[in-house]
Amino acid sequence: MNKKQQLDMQTLKRLLSYLKQYKGRFLFVLICILMSAGASVLASLFLETLIDDYITPLLVQAVPDFSGLLRVIIMMAGIYLIGVLATLFYNRMMAVISQGILKDIRDQMFSHMQTLPIKYFDTHSHGDVMSHYTNDTDTLRQMMSQSVPQLFSSVITIVAVFFAMLSISIWMTLFVLVFVVIILQVVKKVAGNSGKYFVRQQESIGDVNGYIEEMINGQKVVKVFCHEDKAKEMFDEKNEKLFGEASQANTYANILMPIMNNLGYILYVLIAIVGGALGIWGVTNVSLTGVGVITLGMIASFLQLSRSFIQPLGQVSQQLSAIIMALAGARRIFQLIDEESEADNGYVTLVNAKYENGVLTETPERTGLWAWKHPHEDGTLTYAELKGKVRMFDVDFGYEENKVVLHNITLYAEPGQKVAFVGATGAGKTTITNLINRFYDIADGKIRYDGININKIRKSDLRRSLGIVLQDVNLFTGTVMENLRYGKLDATDEDCIAAAKRANADGFIRMLPDGYDTVLSGDGSGLSQGQRQLISIARAAVADPPVMILDEATSSIDTRTEAIVQRGMDALMKGRTVFVIAHRLSTVQNSDVIMVLELGEIIERGSHQELIQKHGKYYQLYTGAFELA
Amino acid sequence: MVKTLAKSIREYKKDSILTPILVSLEVVLEVIIPLLMANLIDYGIDKGDMGYIGKTGIFLLIAAFLSLFFGAAAGKTAAHASAGLAKNLRKDMYYNVQNFSFSNIDKFSTSSIVTRLTTDVTNVQNAYQMTIRMAMRAPVMLIFSLFCAIRVSAKLSIVFLICVPVLGIGLYLIMTRVHPIFRRVFKTYDKLNNVVQENVHGIRVVKSFVREDYENSKFQKISEKIYRDFSKAEKTLAFNMPLMQFCMYACMLVFSWFGARLIIAGGGSPDAGLSTGGLMSLFTYATQVLMSLMMLSMAFVMITMSKASAERIAEILTETSDLQDGENPVMEVADGSITYKNVSFSYSKKANKKCLSDINLEIASGETIGIIGGTGSSKSTLVQLIPRLYDVTEGSLKVGGVDVRDYDIEVLRNQVAMVLQKNELFSGTIKDNLRWGNEHATDEELIHACQLAQADDFVQRFPDGYDTHIEQGGSNVSGGQKQRLCIARALLKKPKILILDDSTSAVDTKTDAMIRKAFREEIPDTTKIIIAQRISSVQDADKIIVLDDGQIDGFGSHEELLQNNAIYREVFESQQKGGSEDE
Repeated sequence: MNKKQQLDMQTLKRLLSYLKQYKGRFLFVLICILMSAGASVLASLFLETLIDDYITPLLVQAVPDFSGLLRVIIMMAGIYLIGVLATLFYNRMMAVISQGILKDIRDQMFSHMQTLPIKYFDTHSHGDVMSHYTNDTDTLRQMMSQSVPQLFSSVITIVAVFFAMLSISIWMTLFVLVFVVIILQVVKKVAGNSGKYFVRQQESIGDVNGYIEEMINGQKVVKVFCHEDKAKEMFDEKNEKLFGEASQANTYANILMPIMNNLGYILYVLIAIVGGALGIWGVTNVSLTGVGVITLGMIASFLQLSRSFIQPLGQVSQQLSAIIMALAGARRIFQLIDEESEADNGYVTLVNAKYENGVLTETPERTGLWAWKHPHEDGTLTYAELKGKVRMFDVDFGYEENKVVLHNITLYAEPGQKVAFVGATGAGKTTITNLINRFYDIADGKIRYDGININKIRKSDLRRSLGIVLQDVNLFTGTVMENLRYGKLDATDEDCIAAAKRANADGFIRMLPDGYDTVLSGDGSGLSQGQRQLISIARAAVADPPVMILDEATSSIDTRTEAIVQRGMDALMKGRTVFVIAHRLSTVQNSDVIMVLELGEIIERGSHQELIQKHGKYYQLYTGAFELA
Repeated sequence: MVKTLAKSIREYKKDSILTPILVSLEVVLEVIIPLLMANLIDYGIDKGDMGYIGKTGIFLLIAAFLSLFFGAAAGKTAAHASAGLAKNLRKDMYYNVQNFSFSNIDKFSTSSIVTRLTTDVTNVQNAYQMTIRMAMRAPVMLIFSLFCAIRVSAKLSIVFLICVPVLGIGLYLIMTRVHPIFRRVFKTYDKLNNVVQENVHGIRVVKSFVREDYENSKFQKISEKIYRDFSKAEKTLAFNMPLMQFCMYACMLVFSWFGARLIIAGGGSPDAGLSTGGLMSLFTYATQVLMSLMMLSMAFVMITMSKASAERIAEILTETSDLQDGENPVMEVADGSITYKNVSFSYSKKANKKCLSDINLEIASGETIGIIGGTGSSKSTLVQLIPRLYDVTEGSLKVGGVDVRDYDIEVLRNQVAMVLQKNELFSGTIKDNLRWGNEHATDEELIHACQLAQADDFVQRFPDGYDTHIEQGGSNVSGGQKQRLCIARALLKKPKILILDDSTSAVDTKTDAMIRKAFREEIPDTTKIIIAQRISSVQDADKIIVLDDGQIDGFGSHEELLQNNAIYREVFESQQKGGSEDE
């Protein structure tokens, strides 16, 4: 428990550190809160002055003179007005500050997420990642816009009222203190429970979220298998658990206020009795302002003060559970922000280039020629033309340590070649391409790209030089045109349409309700798998990359269409290196080199003809279906 | 809408009714307490009567304890009722989603269903709790406090006539201004979540196109909009507190001035007019009156904020499946024969182009049927009609001689196993996943099904074998492995019709052939429908359907089609060329 609270303090501190850039404004907010709280304390104290200094003396006057009373009331009106204005200012300013901080956190979280390695996304459920942006940020929002200002204002009020009470009577203040300590014990218990259950409720919500997301995603499978009842059963169980925790958490949160309120009343009665006793028995009163007797006004005012003292305490304790919950959310957000980014020590960059008098030079415009800009330790720069020569030497790799997926991979891809990987599922074909673009880093060996160790190449440039089309197509919400332009942001409409024609996507795109302006929702639902693959190929064609990796890019496209697409892509990639992964051997037949992979090792390599003549594994794969038939 | 949601209160009706009652009792006590306090000061402290202080003190204590009791009880029932409503709403929505047809599912996106089941329900839960606690509290408090204030001093209470409307109108103006902004913000929030979701799912695309900065700016633009709107809304809401303070202080000042005069005029006696105690209790009542207005406005904000959520929930609750079982459904599927008669189909009634038109087919029980066709030729659509995932638009489709619409849908689907193109495994062990096909399958049956689907080999190679844990979405098995597990899962149903919708695309040709061989030998009586891209996957089928643009272009055996179908021949040649040259 203790440890957890310390952890919370750390999170709180970190959260508060976001205030730094709003320092000036926050200072102003604090001053305003001070004034506002001051006004409300003065309001409580005013009662004493009113009764003791104005009403009681006037009672005994034959002809009461109200001018003093008028003066003090006008003065108070001024003070109140300042208080009201201060409240207005700090509330408005705090709204902007807290929303600003939330935006900062949100933006930081998202941009940091972009830098995380693929591995992070492999190992975290997507629903979990999403909940940082929804649930966790929501709790934080409530804390920022409600709890924080209230907390400050309450604390300041409590301190101010405390001194005001001392200025009336130290004896009675001591009595209040003792009572408050008892109240706090109760509050601590209730608020603690409430917080505990709220945290559990958040966890439970996460659990239910995850389950719902998984089930709804697979809803069609659920239906095909008539698995609805089963799906309901599991859901009911999780739902019931969430109900239990939500119910508990809210119960504790709800009873906090009645407890504080009524304990406040009880305190009130006790003060009346004690104060009355002190007054009646004429006990000498000691206060900050001096020694004297207890007056009626004092007791009245003190009673009012005790309410002002208890009320903010109640507010603070009510905010506690919200704060505990928000801190738990903040902790999860910070965890994401603290995740280590992809390491990138690359310094070799990719630039557009042209030959000037036979010398390769950098140029800002797109020439269709790229060069690696290689700064050396001695400060000199060299340029090497990007040719697409990829070499792997004795590469080992495993997604987890001790579990080798690729073993001793050595391969050469010469510029302009079309290199294919074939092999049974799980042989490691996709893994190889994931190493070239450094989605994952190799465990052992070396990969050289145009003679440069890929670790030296800046990741963004490395990836920009490699176009990838994946089997699972991810499109983004937006028009078809916007999706195509994703490949190259400054591409014109004509460029995009040309690329779509190349990918044989133009035909069906024109059939869509709004053609290229049709808005694709979500992950492009409404389009068939094959159509989505065509769009994603067109998207890569728009990017017009020096090297292309096609990972089962045409698996859902029929062979006739595939042949057309292939012709288009071959024309585009003429003279550039292409890596192709496919199950369908017809897809890879015209490759220059075909690598046959088995259990993470390359067991055969050569052209289609060579491999067929070899009568090895490839031959078996190629003819296998027919032999067995 | 409220009615739709209210149906989900059910067993929590008692708590929902009890809460306002308990709250009212608490409020009555809260109002009485200041009265007692005033007496305590006037007759006790003022007169120095300890006996009276003690007596009233005890009354006060009892009142406080009772109020505490009612308050705590109300807190508990309110929490119970609202959490219960939330539970039932989630349950009702989830259950209804389970009843959705495919076209219902297509209508709502996955992420929107998830948000409705989570965030939206939480919003409604909070608003409901607020409503049942505040619905009685605020008005009761307002009326009682006013009543008591008038009793203490009718003259001074005239102030409320000015103060209450001022505060009320002020709050109303604030709320009407804030409400549309909040609505807008929540829409923007949806967009933000969408961007995040697409990014998480498509992170490989983002990274390989090096579009991190582009995504960042897309996100920041939306984030900025939320910031602007939210700040604007909260800046407007920031008027609440000062407005309240303003009315409060104004009341106090007026009370002080006129109250003092009244007290002095009455000579300070509580019986003659206003007393000091009375003045103090007036202060308390003023707070209570104004606070209750404030609470009302807060409740109003919460409710309006949750209105959008409630509407979204109601949308799911009222969505009815467009596939309804007929009366007296047929409970048995005779055999695996399939007949399409003049079948036409389109996904939406408005679409002018049909996905399928004029399909006529006769498939005998036990036959193996291959389907070949270009991208977008509606191959999947054709077979999805068989387990009645969608209903035909025109014509009729019979399975086992009976129109599919006449079957009990569960009976039909149990006999028609379909391996979807976009298939899913669920988190759990391989065994758990396989048992979807048949809950009571023995281990032997599981292994047998996997052997047929050529999945046994690789499953056995996993360290934990059949107990290997599958991650969400099956991310820890390869595409081909996933497909074979999905086939095994379908086989366990022992269906009369088995449909493979391009389900071996990621499986190598050799394994693919072995799967088909196993089908032929082990389940000869099952009608098998295989959609494929590879001719090799279908050429040994009894008959092959060639689909083109939603119409049947050819139907016959491999040899027949080679003879007389241009499309089939072209596809065959495109896949054969390399091989035939070499052999």
